[in-house]
Amino acid sequence: MLKEYLSSLDEQFVSQNQSEQEWLRSLKLEAFNTLREIGFPVSRKGNEKWKYTSVSPIVNNVFLLSKPKDINIDEIKKQAPWSDDWYNIVFVDGFINKNISNIPDSGISVSSLGLSENSIGELIDFSDDGFAALNSAFLSDGLIVSIEDSFDTSKVLNIIFYNSGTELEFNNPRLHITAEENSSSVIIESYVGGSNQNSLTNSVTEMELKSSAKITHYRLMSESNNTYNVGYGRVRLSDDTEFYSSSFFRGANIGRYDLNVLVDGERSHCDLKGLYVTSDEQHMDNFINIDHAKPNSSSNLFYKGILSGKSKAVFGGTVLVRKEAQKTFSVQSDKNLILSDQAEVDSKPALFIYADDVQCAHGATAGNIDEDSVFYMRSRGIDLEAASKLLIYGFADEIISFVEETELKNFIEQKFLESLPSYKFEF
Amino acid sequence: MGKIMNDRNKKLLNVNDLHVSIDDKEILKGINLSVNLGEVHAIMGPNGSGKSTLANVLSGRPGYSITSGSIEYLGENINEELPEIRARKGIFLAFQYPVELPGVRTWQFLKSSVDAIRKENGEKELGVKEFDQLLEVHRNKVEMNPDLVKRSVNEGFSGGEKKRNEIMQLSLLNPTFALLDETDSGLDIDALRIVSNGVNEFKSESNAVLIVTHYQRILDYIKPDFVHVLVDGNIVKSGDGNLALELEEKGYEWIKESISSGN
Ligand SMILES: Nc1ncnc2c1ncn2[C@@H]1O[C@H](COP(=O)(O)OP(=O)(O)O)[C@@H](O)[C@H]1O
Ligand SMILES: [Mg+2]
Repeated sequence: MLKEYLSSLDEQFVSQNQSEQEWLRSLKLEAFNTLREIGFPVSRKGNEKWKYTSVSPIVNNVFLLSKPKDINIDEIKKQAPWSDDWYNIVFVDGFINKNISNIPDSGISVSSLGLSENSIGELIDFSDDGFAALNSAFLSDGLIVSIEDSFDTSKVLNIIFYNSGTELEFNNPRLHITAEENSSSVIIESYVGGSNQNSLTNSVTEMELKSSAKITHYRLMSESNNTYNVGYGRVRLSDDTEFYSSSFFRGANIGRYDLNVLVDGERSHCDLKGLYVTSDEQHMDNFINIDHAKPNSSSNLFYKGILSGKSKAVFGGTVLVRKEAQKTFSVQSDKNLILSDQAEVDSKPALFIYADDVQCAHGATAGNIDEDSVFYMRSRGIDLEAASKLLIYGFADEIISFVEETELKNFIEQKFLESLPSYKFEF
Repeated sequence: MGKIMNDRNKKLLNVNDLHVSIDDKEILKGINLSVNLGEVHAIMGPNGSGKSTLANVLSGRPGYSITSGSIEYLGENINEELPEIRARKGIFLAFQYPVELPGVRTWQFLKSSVDAIRKENGEKELGVKEFDQLLEVHRNKVEMNPDLVKRSVNEGFSGGEKKRNEIMQLSLLNPTFALLDETDSGLDIDALRIVSNGVNEFKSESNAVLIVTHYQRILDYIKPDFVHVLVDGNIVKSGDGNLALELEEKGYEWIKESISSGN
């Protein structure tokens, strides 16, 4: 099957636009050859990156490369976080749609992939990862953003990757962000789905923070039940940077997020939060890594999951503190609320410390709400269903409460929590 | 004739030969207790005697099985009644260990509670402004910091703040039957005074209070009309407020001895 699949990609690869710039063509060719060599990841013992997620439901399809499409802006507003006060940039099936995007005109430079020679691909290593190679080999379109220190920090940069859900199409968008020295910005990166068809979004985002830069980043995945969403985030932090990133996941048949933050500077802080809400037969896999390569920096990793139905979640990844990274302060935790006997979580966050003067802690729990909490609420007249709802929202609120943008917060509550089936904790 | 009618109308709670087990272990072994409106009762007893069990079972906490006997509240048998229904009918339990609810805002929690009880009484939900005003009145009664209502319920509250929060809820929800489980534990003298004032302001001819306590101290502030001594799942002695003082002086051993010697 895989062989058949790759040969179909072969034909598609050859038929891609050949009029592209030289650097892009050679990048694609290298990635394609890599993909042919390594294939797609197999879940098995020893393959820590994909241990609990089988990709065969994805690669058993023969997907076709997506085509640019037009879409009504109202449809986007229905599916994605939106404010007219933001800069909104919309991709449809992997291609930037300029008609419905409003691109800022100062403090920031934005270009589409074909037009620029740039540092794209510096942060993502596709040599051992089939999907990352797939993205580079079939790059459909990309957005290259450079944020100057003069960028109006009250503005939000809202980048939407809309997947129309066209049957058996796949798209491979790329986002590359450089936060220049002393710049500060709020960026939303959202992957949202339209109709409920068998399709794949396979994205790569690279973010480079130059010294004293700050990015507040939100990543949303809100896909319909039959789609596949595989995404990579690659981030590098220089000295005195701050990177706050909160991710929210809902939907998708198989969802996967592979994030790697290289703390390559001193006195920097990396804060990764996440909330995954799974139901039905969804499968969500988070592979979240922080690599401390320099001393005197800190990181905080805090993920939570709410699982219901027959869904499955995987939380993996490593906080690595290298020998040189003395005086690192790092905290890592993953907590899950499991609302059904048939839901399952594999949570294996790991901590590898090679430096001796550090403060690190980690933990994972897969618990339920305790009986005392529910009784306390009932003893105040609140019925079981309302009490359960308050507790589930409360569990999620420990992540959502960090979202400062009101429109975004409302969107998350609506899309991620209100869609949960009503539930009662029984004791 | 009229006097008898009145007394009957005042009857709030009647506990009749109540036996309660946890996991097949009998904890309460035949409790009889009668409480009228306008009365303050104290249940005293050594640790492990079943005081919290009694308070919990009256408020409907799951996990206890009533193997025989009955709890009548306002003339109805409530043995099987759900805790939220009891709460809406006016039974309130101030917890010995108030529970922390991470992520659940105190404000939201209190409003949900007030609205649930109003709904039971055929009243409509309060608007945000109306509720804020109501909350402020009751918050001030226990001198509770206004920032606390914006925080998660009891999370990061000091021991004293948690207990004040319980009494604030008592005042806000204005129940008919208030059960206070070791409300004085962990309170310094100032907090004890504030909490006791809250209870004294609450109590009236149209409600009743049952205080569960190991120590006599809180009874200096909230004067009981009746004191019952609970030992090993039985009420072994009942009397007026003076019994509490006598206990304080002589200790629970005195009661145990006086029972076993048949006095
Ligand atoms: N959840 C429980 N499971 C098992 N035994 C319990 C439980 N709660 C209380 N008990 C037992 O019941 C007895 C009475 O406890 P409790 O009512 O808490 O006493 P008090 O409040 O008077 O200190 C004790 O022996 C205690 O160990
Ligand atoms: Mg007790």
